[in-house]
Amino acid sequence: MAKVLVVTSGKGGVGKTTTTAALGGALAQMGNKVAVVDFDVGLRNLDLIMGAERRVVYDLINVVQGDAKLSQALIRDKRIDGLFLLPASQTRDKDALTDEGVERVIGELKAQFDWVICDSPAGIERGATLAMRNADVAVVVTNPEVSSVRDSDRIIGLLDAKTKKAEAGERMEKHLLITRYDQARAERGEMLKIDDVLEILSVPLIGVVPESEEVLRASNVGTPVTILSPQSAPGRAYQDAARRLAGEVIQMVIPGERRGLMTRLFGRRAA
Amino acid sequence: MNVFGFFRKRQPAASVARDRLQVLLSHERGIDGDPNLILALRESILKAIGQHVEIEPDKVRIAMRRGEQLSTLEVEVEIPGKTNLSSAA
Repeated sequence: MAKVLVVTSGKGGVGKTTTTAALGGALAQMGNKVAVVDFDVGLRNLDLIMGAERRVVYDLINVVQGDAKLSQALIRDKRIDGLFLLPASQTRDKDALTDEGVERVIGELKAQFDWVICDSPAGIERGATLAMRNADVAVVVTNPEVSSVRDSDRIIGLLDAKTKKAEAGERMEKHLLITRYDQARAERGEMLKIDDVLEILSVPLIGVVPESEEVLRASNVGTPVTILSPQSAPGRAYQDAARRLAGEVIQMVIPGERRGLMTRLFGRRAA
Repeated sequence: MNVFGFFRKRQPAASVARDRLQVLLSHERGIDGDPNLILALRESILKAIGQHVEIEPDKVRIAMRRGEQLSTLEVEVEIPGKTNLSSAA
Protein backbone atom coordinates (compact mmCIF):
# COMPACT_ATOMS: atom_id res chain seq x y z
CA MET A 1 0.00 0.00 0.00
CA ALA A 2 1.40 3.38 -1.01
CA LYS A 3 2.36 5.85 1.68
CA VAL A 4 2.01 9.59 1.28
CA LEU A 5 4.70 11.51 3.14
CA VAL A 6 4.75 15.28 3.57
CA VAL A 7 8.02 17.08 4.26
CA THR A 8 7.15 20.30 6.03
CA SER A 9 8.58 22.85 8.47
CA GLY A 10 6.76 26.17 8.59
CA LYS A 11 9.98 28.13 8.29
CA GLY A 12 11.74 28.46 4.95
CA GLY A 13 15.34 27.54 4.28
CA VAL A 14 15.62 24.75 6.85
CA GLY A 15 16.07 21.98 4.28
CA LYS A 16 12.64 20.72 3.15
CA THR A 17 13.59 20.39 -0.51
CA THR A 18 17.01 18.90 0.27
CA THR A 19 15.26 16.42 2.57
CA THR A 20 12.57 15.53 0.01
CA ALA A 21 15.23 14.80 -2.62
CA ALA A 22 17.49 12.90 -0.20
CA LEU A 23 14.70 10.73 1.25
CA GLY A 24 13.28 10.13 -2.23
CA GLY A 25 16.71 9.04 -3.45
CA ALA A 26 17.30 6.78 -0.46
CA LEU A 27 13.86 5.11 -0.61
CA ALA A 28 14.28 4.50 -4.35
CA GLN A 29 17.73 3.00 -3.79
CA MET A 30 16.09 0.61 -1.33
CA GLY A 31 14.01 -0.67 -4.25
CA ASN A 32 10.86 1.39 -3.79
CA LYS A 33 9.00 3.20 -6.53
CA VAL A 34 9.03 6.82 -5.41
CA ALA A 35 7.41 10.04 -6.66
CA VAL A 36 8.63 13.35 -5.25
CA VAL A 37 6.04 16.10 -5.72
CA ASP A 38 6.82 19.82 -5.54
CA PHE A 39 3.96 21.80 -3.96
CA ASP A 40 5.81 25.11 -3.97
CA VAL A 41 3.86 26.74 -6.80
CA GLY A 42 5.60 29.84 -8.12
CA LEU A 43 8.85 29.10 -6.30
CA ARG A 44 9.61 25.58 -7.42
CA ASN A 45 13.06 24.28 -6.60
CA LEU A 46 12.79 20.52 -6.30
CA ASP A 47 13.46 20.22 -10.05
CA LEU A 48 16.75 22.09 -9.56
CA ILE A 49 17.82 20.04 -6.54
CA MET A 50 16.96 16.86 -8.47
CA GLY A 51 18.90 18.10 -11.51
CA ALA A 52 15.83 17.97 -13.77
CA GLU A 53 15.22 21.69 -14.34
CA ARG A 54 15.70 21.44 -18.10
CA ARG A 55 13.36 18.48 -18.48
CA VAL A 56 10.19 20.10 -17.09
CA VAL A 57 7.38 20.18 -19.65
CA TYR A 58 4.17 19.76 -17.70
CA ASP A 59 3.62 20.33 -14.00
CA LEU A 60 1.33 19.59 -11.06
CA ILE A 61 -1.15 22.33 -12.01
CA ASN A 62 -1.41 21.04 -15.58
CA VAL A 63 -2.30 17.62 -14.20
CA VAL A 64 -4.71 18.98 -11.58
CA GLN A 65 -6.48 21.03 -14.23
CA GLY A 66 -6.57 18.13 -16.69
CA ASP A 67 -4.34 19.82 -19.30
CA ALA A 68 -1.82 17.00 -19.10
CA LYS A 69 -1.85 13.37 -18.09
CA LEU A 70 0.10 12.36 -15.00
CA SER A 71 2.37 10.18 -17.15
CA GLN A 72 3.26 13.21 -19.30
CA ALA A 73 4.24 15.33 -16.33
CA LEU A 74 6.26 12.77 -14.36
CA ILE A 75 10.01 13.05 -14.96
CA ARG A 76 11.98 9.83 -14.61
CA ASP A 77 15.28 10.14 -12.75
CA LYS A 78 18.20 9.15 -14.97
CA ARG A 79 20.39 7.86 -12.14
CA ILE A 80 18.09 5.82 -9.93
CA ASP A 81 15.47 3.35 -11.12
CA GLY A 82 12.00 3.95 -9.77
CA LEU A 83 12.51 7.62 -8.83
CA PHE A 84 10.18 10.17 -10.43
CA LEU A 85 9.58 13.92 -10.06
CA LEU A 86 6.31 15.79 -10.42
CA PRO A 87 7.37 19.43 -10.66
CA ALA A 88 5.44 22.50 -9.52
CA SER A 89 4.50 25.31 -11.84
CA GLN A 90 6.85 28.27 -11.89
CA THR A 91 4.43 30.80 -13.30
CA ARG A 92 0.86 30.04 -12.46
CA ASP A 93 -1.17 31.22 -9.56
CA LYS A 94 -1.19 28.85 -6.62
CA ASP A 95 -4.98 29.24 -6.39
CA ALA A 96 -5.15 26.98 -9.45
CA LEU A 97 -4.70 24.02 -7.10
CA THR A 98 -7.98 22.76 -5.68
CA ASP A 99 -8.51 20.35 -2.80
CA GLU A 100 -10.36 17.91 -5.05
CA GLY A 101 -7.84 18.15 -7.89
CA VAL A 102 -4.88 17.52 -5.60
CA GLU A 103 -6.68 14.61 -3.95
CA ARG A 104 -7.35 13.03 -7.35
CA VAL A 105 -3.69 13.37 -8.46
CA ILE A 106 -2.39 11.98 -5.15
CA GLY A 107 -4.81 9.08 -5.58
CA GLU A 108 -3.42 8.38 -9.07
CA LEU A 109 0.14 8.54 -7.74
CA LYS A 110 -0.71 6.15 -4.90
CA ALA A 111 -1.89 3.58 -7.43
CA GLN A 112 1.52 3.60 -9.17
CA PHE A 113 4.07 4.24 -6.43
CA ASP A 114 5.19 2.87 -3.06
CA TRP A 115 6.01 6.33 -1.72
CA VAL A 116 4.61 9.74 -2.64
CA ILE A 117 6.72 12.48 -1.03
CA CYS A 118 5.18 15.95 -0.98
CA ASP A 119 7.62 18.86 -0.66
CA SER A 120 5.67 21.56 1.18
CA PRO A 121 6.14 25.28 0.60
CA ALA A 122 7.20 27.36 3.60
CA GLY A 123 4.56 29.14 5.66
CA ILE A 124 1.25 28.00 7.12
CA GLU A 125 -0.95 29.20 4.28
CA ARG A 126 -2.95 27.24 1.75
CA GLY A 127 0.03 25.83 -0.12
CA ALA A 128 1.35 24.21 3.04
CA THR A 129 -2.03 22.84 4.10
CA LEU A 130 -2.64 21.46 0.58
CA ALA A 131 0.70 19.65 0.68
CA MET A 132 -0.07 18.01 4.04
CA ARG A 133 -3.77 17.36 3.48
CA ASN A 134 -3.55 13.85 2.01
CA ALA A 135 -0.50 12.70 3.96
CA ASP A 136 -0.31 9.48 5.99
CA VAL A 137 2.93 10.49 7.64
CA ALA A 138 4.81 13.76 8.14
CA VAL A 139 8.48 14.61 8.49
CA VAL A 140 8.90 17.95 10.24
CA VAL A 141 12.27 19.47 9.34
CA THR A 142 13.72 21.66 12.09
CA ASN A 143 16.97 23.51 12.64
CA PRO A 144 18.21 23.77 16.24
CA GLU A 145 17.34 27.45 16.30
CA VAL A 146 14.50 29.34 18.02
CA SER A 147 12.50 30.58 15.01
CA SER A 148 12.61 27.20 13.31
CA VAL A 149 11.48 25.36 16.47
CA ARG A 150 8.63 27.81 16.99
CA ASP A 151 7.43 27.44 13.40
CA SER A 152 7.68 23.65 13.64
CA ASP A 153 5.41 23.81 16.67
CA ARG A 154 2.80 25.65 14.59
CA ILE A 155 3.11 23.14 11.76
CA ILE A 156 2.72 20.23 14.20
CA GLY A 157 -0.52 21.85 15.39
CA LEU A 158 -1.72 22.13 11.78
CA LEU A 159 -0.84 18.49 11.08
CA ASP A 160 -3.06 17.52 14.00
CA ALA A 161 -5.93 19.73 12.79
CA LYS A 162 -5.94 20.23 9.02
CA THR A 163 -5.05 16.85 7.54
CA LYS A 164 -7.68 14.39 6.35
CA LYS A 165 -6.36 11.87 8.85
CA ALA A 166 -6.78 14.32 11.73
CA GLU A 167 -10.25 15.31 10.54
CA ALA A 168 -11.24 11.64 10.51
CA GLY A 169 -10.20 11.44 14.16
CA GLU A 170 -7.12 9.36 13.42
CA ARG A 171 -3.66 9.97 14.80
CA MET A 172 -1.36 11.72 12.36
CA GLU A 173 2.05 10.01 12.32
CA LYS A 174 4.74 12.67 12.76
CA HIS A 175 8.53 12.50 12.87
CA LEU A 176 11.12 15.13 13.61
CA LEU A 177 14.19 15.52 11.42
CA ILE A 178 16.81 17.88 12.81
CA THR A 179 19.04 19.34 10.12
CA ARG A 180 22.15 21.56 10.16
CA TYR A 181 23.10 20.20 13.55
CA ASP A 182 26.53 21.01 14.94
CA GLN A 183 27.41 18.73 17.84
CA ALA A 184 30.49 20.77 18.85
CA ARG A 185 28.46 23.98 19.16
CA ALA A 186 25.69 22.17 21.05
CA GLU A 187 28.27 20.82 23.50
CA ARG A 188 29.64 24.33 24.04
CA GLY A 189 26.12 25.53 24.88
CA GLU A 190 25.91 27.66 21.75
CA MET A 191 23.23 25.64 19.99
CA LEU A 192 20.04 23.92 21.18
CA LYS A 193 20.72 20.26 21.88
CA ILE A 194 18.76 17.41 20.29
CA ASP A 195 17.14 16.65 23.64
CA ASP A 196 16.10 20.31 24.10
CA VAL A 197 14.32 20.30 20.75
CA LEU A 198 12.70 16.92 21.41
CA GLU A 199 11.49 18.01 24.82
CA ILE A 200 9.98 21.23 23.45
CA LEU A 201 8.27 19.68 20.41
CA SER A 202 7.56 16.19 21.80
CA VAL A 203 7.62 14.51 18.39
CA PRO A 204 9.77 11.37 17.96
CA LEU A 205 13.11 11.78 16.24
CA ILE A 206 13.65 10.18 12.83
CA GLY A 207 17.17 11.50 12.21
CA VAL A 208 19.84 14.11 12.78
CA VAL A 209 21.57 15.55 9.73
CA PRO A 210 24.78 17.40 10.51
CA GLU A 211 25.75 20.76 9.03
CA SER A 212 27.88 19.68 6.07
CA GLU A 213 29.40 21.02 2.89
CA GLU A 214 28.22 17.86 1.12
CA VAL A 215 24.65 19.22 1.16
CA LEU A 216 25.66 22.37 -0.74
CA ARG A 217 27.78 20.32 -3.11
CA ALA A 218 24.80 18.07 -3.83
CA SER A 219 22.54 21.02 -4.60
CA ASN A 220 25.26 22.63 -6.76
CA VAL A 221 25.33 19.60 -9.03
CA GLY A 222 21.62 18.78 -8.80
CA THR A 223 21.87 15.32 -7.26
CA PRO A 224 20.22 14.17 -4.01
CA VAL A 225 22.93 13.89 -1.34
CA THR A 226 22.00 10.25 -0.74
CA ILE A 227 22.86 9.48 -4.38
CA LEU A 228 25.87 11.79 -4.80
CA SER A 229 27.65 10.88 -1.57
CA PRO A 230 25.90 8.03 0.22
CA GLN A 231 28.90 7.52 2.52
CA SER A 232 29.04 11.14 3.72
CA ALA A 233 27.63 12.00 7.15
CA PRO A 234 24.45 13.67 5.76
CA GLY A 235 24.09 10.87 3.19
CA ARG A 236 24.13 8.24 5.92
CA ALA A 237 21.84 10.25 8.19
CA TYR A 238 19.23 10.51 5.41
CA GLN A 239 19.58 6.82 4.50
CA ASP A 240 19.00 5.85 8.13
CA ALA A 241 15.97 8.16 8.31
CA ALA A 242 14.56 6.59 5.13
CA ARG A 243 14.98 3.08 6.56
CA ARG A 244 13.27 4.12 9.79
CA LEU A 245 10.38 5.52 7.75
CA ALA A 246 10.13 2.15 6.05
CA GLY A 247 9.77 0.55 9.44
CA GLU A 248 13.30 -0.68 10.16
CA VAL A 249 14.73 -0.26 13.63
CA ILE A 250 18.12 1.41 13.42
CA GLN A 251 20.17 2.79 16.24
CA MET A 252 20.14 6.60 16.34
CA VAL A 253 23.54 8.10 15.67
CA ILE A 254 24.11 11.74 16.54
CA PRO A 255 26.73 12.91 14.04
CA GLY A 256 29.92 14.10 15.71
CA GLU A 257 29.01 12.75 19.11
CA ARG A 258 31.84 11.46 21.24
CA ARG A 259 30.42 8.15 22.27
CA GLY A 260 31.29 6.82 25.70
CA LEU A 261 31.66 3.16 26.52
CA MET A 262 28.14 2.85 27.91
CA THR A 263 26.44 4.38 24.87
CA ARG A 264 28.64 2.30 22.59
CA LEU A 265 27.54 -0.82 24.41
CA PHE A 266 23.89 -0.06 24.90
CA GLY A 267 23.09 2.43 22.16
CA ARG A 268 21.33 5.68 22.50
CA ARG A 269 17.63 6.01 22.89
CA ALA A 270 16.14 9.00 21.19
CA ALA A 271 12.63 10.31 21.82
CA MET B 1 30.47 45.70 35.16
CA ASN B 2 30.52 45.32 38.93
CA VAL B 3 32.69 42.94 40.82
CA PHE B 4 29.87 40.42 41.30
CA GLY B 5 28.95 40.44 37.64
CA PHE B 6 32.50 39.50 36.85
CA PHE B 7 32.25 36.31 38.86
CA ARG B 8 28.73 35.40 37.84
CA LYS B 9 28.74 32.66 35.24
CA ARG B 10 27.06 33.67 32.01
CA GLN B 11 24.11 31.45 31.06
CA PRO B 12 24.86 29.51 27.84
CA ALA B 13 23.00 30.95 24.86
CA ALA B 14 21.37 27.58 24.12
CA SER B 15 19.67 27.41 27.53
CA VAL B 16 18.39 30.98 27.08
CA ALA B 17 16.93 29.79 23.76
CA ARG B 18 15.32 26.75 25.39
CA ASP B 19 13.77 28.79 28.21
CA ARG B 20 12.41 31.43 25.85
CA LEU B 21 10.88 28.78 23.61
CA GLN B 22 9.24 26.95 26.48
CA VAL B 23 7.56 30.13 27.75
CA LEU B 24 6.53 31.27 24.28
CA LEU B 25 5.11 27.95 23.12
CA SER B 26 3.11 27.41 26.31
CA HIS B 27 1.30 30.64 25.40
CA GLU B 28 0.88 29.85 21.74
CA ARG B 29 -0.41 26.33 22.23
CA GLY B 30 -3.56 27.31 24.12
CA ILE B 31 -6.29 24.96 25.25
CA ASP B 32 -6.18 21.26 24.40
CA GLY B 33 -3.21 21.71 22.14
CA ASP B 34 -5.04 23.86 19.63
CA PRO B 35 -2.17 26.12 18.59
CA ASN B 36 -4.40 28.50 16.74
CA LEU B 37 -6.78 29.23 19.58
CA ILE B 38 -4.77 31.95 21.30
CA LEU B 39 -3.95 33.55 17.96
CA ALA B 40 -7.57 33.40 16.82
CA LEU B 41 -8.78 34.83 20.12
CA ARG B 42 -6.21 37.59 19.93
CA GLU B 43 -7.29 38.53 16.44
CA SER B 44 -11.01 38.60 17.35
CA ILE B 45 -10.39 40.58 20.53
CA LEU B 46 -8.24 43.10 18.67
CA LYS B 47 -10.94 43.50 16.05
CA ALA B 48 -13.80 43.83 18.56
CA ILE B 49 -12.08 46.42 20.73
CA GLY B 50 -10.53 48.16 17.74
CA GLN B 51 -14.03 49.02 16.46
CA HIS B 52 -14.53 51.29 19.45
CA VAL B 53 -11.15 52.29 20.74
CA GLU B 54 -7.85 52.79 18.99
CA ILE B 55 -5.42 50.24 20.30
CA GLU B 56 -1.88 49.18 19.51
CA PRO B 57 -1.71 45.47 18.68
CA ASP B 58 1.37 45.04 20.85
CA LYS B 59 -0.45 46.50 23.85
CA VAL B 60 -2.75 43.50 24.01
CA ARG B 61 -1.57 40.60 26.13
CA ILE B 62 -3.41 37.30 26.22
CA ALA B 63 -2.50 34.43 28.47
CA MET B 64 -4.11 31.09 29.09
CA ARG B 65 -3.67 29.24 32.36
CA ARG B 66 -4.65 25.61 32.51
CA GLY B 67 -5.67 24.28 35.91
CA GLU B 68 -7.08 20.96 37.10
CA GLN B 69 -10.47 22.40 38.05
CA LEU B 70 -10.44 25.73 36.33
CA SER B 71 -8.75 27.36 33.40
CA THR B 72 -8.58 31.09 32.98
CA LEU B 73 -8.10 33.40 30.06
CA GLU B 74 -6.34 36.62 30.92
CA VAL B 75 -6.78 39.54 28.58
CA GLU B 76 -4.93 42.73 29.28
CA VAL B 77 -5.60 45.59 26.90
CA GLU B 78 -3.83 48.87 27.22
CA ILE B 79 -5.99 51.71 25.87
CA PRO B 80 -5.15 55.39 25.46
CA GLY B 81 -5.74 57.79 28.41
CA LYS B 82 -8.97 59.83 28.87
CA THR B 83 -7.81 62.75 26.72
CA ASN B 84 -7.32 60.80 23.50
CA LEU B 85 -10.23 58.38 23.77
CA SER B 86 -12.14 58.55 20.51
CA SER B 87 -15.42 56.83 19.87
CA ALA B 88 -14.78 55.58 16.38
CA ALA B 89 -17.65 53.30 15.49
